[in-house]
Amino acid sequence: MNRTNAFQSFVGDLPKNLFAGFVVSLVALPLGLGLAIASEAPPIAGVIAAVVGGVVAALLGGSQLTITGPGNGLVIVLLYAIATLGDGDLYQGYLFTLAAIVVAGVLMFLFGVFRLGALSEFFPSSALQGMLAAIGIGILAKQLHVMLGITTVNGTPFELLLKVPASVQILIDNPVIELILPAALGLVSLLILIYYGRLQYRVFQLIPAPMWVVIVAIGLNYYFELIAKKAYPVAENLMIRLPDNVIANLPFPDFSIMTTGPFIGTVISITLIASIESLLSIKAVDKLDPQKRRSNVNKDLRALGIATSLSGLVGGLNVVTVIARSSVNVNNGGSNRSSNFAHALFLLAFILLFQDQIQRIALPALAAILVFTGYKLAAPENLLRILKIGKEQAAIFSITLIITLTNGLITGIGMGILSTFLIHVIINKNLFLFTRNWLKPNVLMYREEDSGNYYVSVKNFSSFLNFYKLKGKLDEIPETEHAIVDFSLCEFVDHTVMEGLNDYRRSFSRKGGVIEIIGLDAHGTETQHPFAIRKSIPSNDFFKLGSNLTKRQISLQKLAKILNWDYRSELTSDTKELERFNYFESKVVNYQYNEMISADGRIHLFDLSYSEGAFIAKEDIKASFLLVELEEAIPYFILDRENFFNTINEQSSYKDIDFSNYPDFSKRFFLGGKEREEITAFFNQELIFFFESHNYFRIESIGNSLLIKGKNRLSSIQEIKSLLAFTNELISILKKKTNEG
Amino acid sequence: MKKASFDNILIGFAFSPNLKANVFEAMRMATFFGGNLFFLHVGEKTGAKEKTFGEILNDSPVRPKEIKILWEKGEPVTTIVSECKKNNIDLLLLGALQRENMVKFYLGSIARKITRKAPCSVLLLIKPSIERVASQHMVVNAFESPQTEVTICAAFEFAHGLDIPRITLVEEINRAEVAIAADDDRSLRKVTLRKEKLKRRELSRVNDILGRVPEDLKANRKVASQSIFGTRGYSIGHYAKVVRADLLVMNAKEKHSSIWSRIFPKDLEHILSELPTDVLIIQNKSNE
Repeated sequence: MNRTNAFQSFVGDLPKNLFAGFVVSLVALPLGLGLAIASEAPPIAGVIAAVVGGVVAALLGGSQLTITGPGNGLVIVLLYAIATLGDGDLYQGYLFTLAAIVVAGVLMFLFGVFRLGALSEFFPSSALQGMLAAIGIGILAKQLHVMLGITTVNGTPFELLLKVPASVQILIDNPVIELILPAALGLVSLLILIYYGRLQYRVFQLIPAPMWVVIVAIGLNYYFELIAKKAYPVAENLMIRLPDNVIANLPFPDFSIMTTGPFIGTVISITLIASIESLLSIKAVDKLDPQKRRSNVNKDLRALGIATSLSGLVGGLNVVTVIARSSVNVNNGGSNRSSNFAHALFLLAFILLFQDQIQRIALPALAAILVFTGYKLAAPENLLRILKIGKEQAAIFSITLIITLTNGLITGIGMGILSTFLIHVIINKNLFLFTRNWLKPNVLMYREEDSGNYYVSVKNFSSFLNFYKLKGKLDEIPETEHAIVDFSLCEFVDHTVMEGLNDYRRSFSRKGGVIEIIGLDAHGTETQHPFAIRKSIPSNDFFKLGSNLTKRQISLQKLAKILNWDYRSELTSDTKELERFNYFESKVVNYQYNEMISADGRIHLFDLSYSEGAFIAKEDIKASFLLVELEEAIPYFILDRENFFNTINEQSSYKDIDFSNYPDFSKRFFLGGKEREEITAFFNQELIFFFESHNYFRIESIGNSLLIKGKNRLSSIQEIKSLLAFTNELISILKKKTNEG
Repeated sequence: MKKASFDNILIGFAFSPNLKANVFEAMRMATFFGGNLFFLHVGEKTGAKEKTFGEILNDSPVRPKEIKILWEKGEPVTTIVSECKKNNIDLLLLGALQRENMVKFYLGSIARKITRKAPCSVLLLIKPSIERVASQHMVVNAFESPQTEVTICAAFEFAHGLDIPRITLVEEINRAEVAIAADDDRSLRKVTLRKEKLKRRELSRVNDILGRVPEDLKANRKVASQSIFGTRGYSIGHYAKVVRADLLVMNAKEKHSSIWSRIFPKDLEHILSELPTDVLIIQNKSNE
């Protein structure tokens, strides 16, 4: 693409990005305020971080879709720093912490300059999960009390959790409106956040959940002022305070304790957590990118470092790449860095224009957002998922979790790394394997001269200790190519590597390439190899289901029998390269199950679990799909119900094709595709009449394959039957057409 | 191009369980090249030792032109090196004691000492055997170095002598030559293009060398070449293992071996510490 073209497409995409930036800012405002309050910093500090972060990262960053601002992971570190660095004086502690943030920004910048983005690879994946869960519990424990309107409780996370019943007791003992109202607001806010994803009502979905919480909180305040004409029965210390003049009252960091131990510890913690959180988020957002771009993490680290230092200088928290807001950005059509920039400008405008309204937000509402965030990080299903991979992984997870909560982040992650290593040594009964080979190059990669395939061979052992070497080689293979990773010379492969490889497998299949992993078959049979090896490659045995079929599954089984089709109830990660379809461009396919295959193998009907967005904006969706392989290729097209929200939300990459002689069809259906003329010619009267006279299904053609989707949920047996009838009729029409043509 | 020769072959022997295998390998080798064979024992010469050795020699089905048995006392490494010089040896054979990893290391460390000082080419046999196991696939280093041409020629000579059907030349290219890191899509494209260019350059260099190898040596050999971006000396060993080659031919140590390179093993050291296959180290005599 040349320069003018790039510029044109940038301008063309600008409205979409402004819209996405606006929606993101609706999420970023409550989160920014909440994260700052949870860290005991002035509320405005979180918004400053988002504004500075958005502007700087948009101008200097290396990734396109990420949103930058204050992050969850840092709350615990900052809270501890602000509470302890100033010896109990919170404001002084805040000024010292700002200085630590500035220094941490410089360190992060240097990480980027020296290309240490790979540093995050040295953390075993289960230990990282444990650390994130600990952070979640830390946030949750403190904010549960605030959500109930009680701000006076203090202690370690465990103590705080144990004190929750006492806080509830206070409410029961004193049922006065001054106590009940804030608690009720907090609970309602939490309910909004929990049930938001399940409400499929489009208008409701236009505004993100955290903003609904803010709207409810502000609305409640206005109700008392304008309608009930009473003083707002919520204590002053439960309301947000903003400085009267935001720009004139910027605090300045205090560098006077720069050489002390606690300060340096804070700097290290901030740098470490901020880098890890950012790198994990960048990687996760790359998986959501419809244009499948690869982000330059080192460039991003440099930009985040600069942003963090600047933010600290003007009183803001540190800046990281945040996954939830980024995924909101992707889902709302953001396509380049201008949406991050726009989000920062909208935030600035909110703070300057709606200062009064923001001060009407009561803390329990924001605390509810943080409780929800904390729960997402610490959710028990994370532990269950890890337990499935292997008991030893669950042990690593738990050790890291508990030690992080009791002894702090650095000790926690350190012990996580150590315990992972010890477990590896015990599993292999061989310390020598690791010590002797750790620093040796263990990866050979070359392009086979005859086939043109990339061949990667890994020797000795491959674990979190040396995964960066394998990654370094894999990163140099274009994802459109065929790569073979051979572990037959490798005695031990750990969970971190298997999980990492699965990410590669996914990004290769998104871009049309293939990664094959070979040489692991023999590993399972050798006793010195851990079970994690086989279990970490998602395959049939990864999601073992019980043999008890549900009623729906039994019906499906019967239906398959009548049709003489094949039925498989198991969950598998065979996702049939669904990424080829436009529909899955910014979605992550998890697994499929309840698959029915026609006798000739051309029709697959299956339930699919896939996710949109990530983290707190993540929605896991299960829906039934039907995949048809056609004998003759037809034009690429997308046919969907005509919908106002489609045009701003989804697939706006194609313009609707309308037929002047079929006004009814054109009004009811959205039809799009690249080759407009071919599509117009393809949709003849018979086909249009067929679609008009049947139920709505979303249909996408990619030449030889058709993807048909019903509702945004699993289909019932009746719906499946009508879907099958629809498909059969469609296939016969298409067959007739190609025969005529 | 100077013709490499393997006329004078020397093998050091000790009275280990592998003695017979080592002797038989040496006898075969010398017969193939039609050369003279020197046996060297560093240690006491006793009647019993002489008798055992004599019996083993008589067992061998083949017998080279001339056999000489040397009994010397002294420190093994220096004695072997000085005997090689004295007898104008072309190829020194070192047999491995096929036991455990530790022994491999031991062989590696002695071999390292000897190869650093040896005035001739060295062949390290990791699995000497009494019955002949013919080599099938030879991997030869072909990275850019003034010694490489001599090594390739000698390798063809050796393959001709032992009738090894497959030869693969491996050009190791230092990743640093690419000089760009693959950070995002654009830099990845640049890296891929640059790699292709380097690869073509290396390939034409290797083809030039191949062109100068005498035709009769190339006859009946299947010759291929493969370029690899990776750590020099290490990648080729890994490659040899992957393609199940049974002989690896390398340049002898480049001249200046600093303390630094002894602490951080490079090139040959990688191979010597792991010994993926039999290794033949070619000494470029014109360099002396």
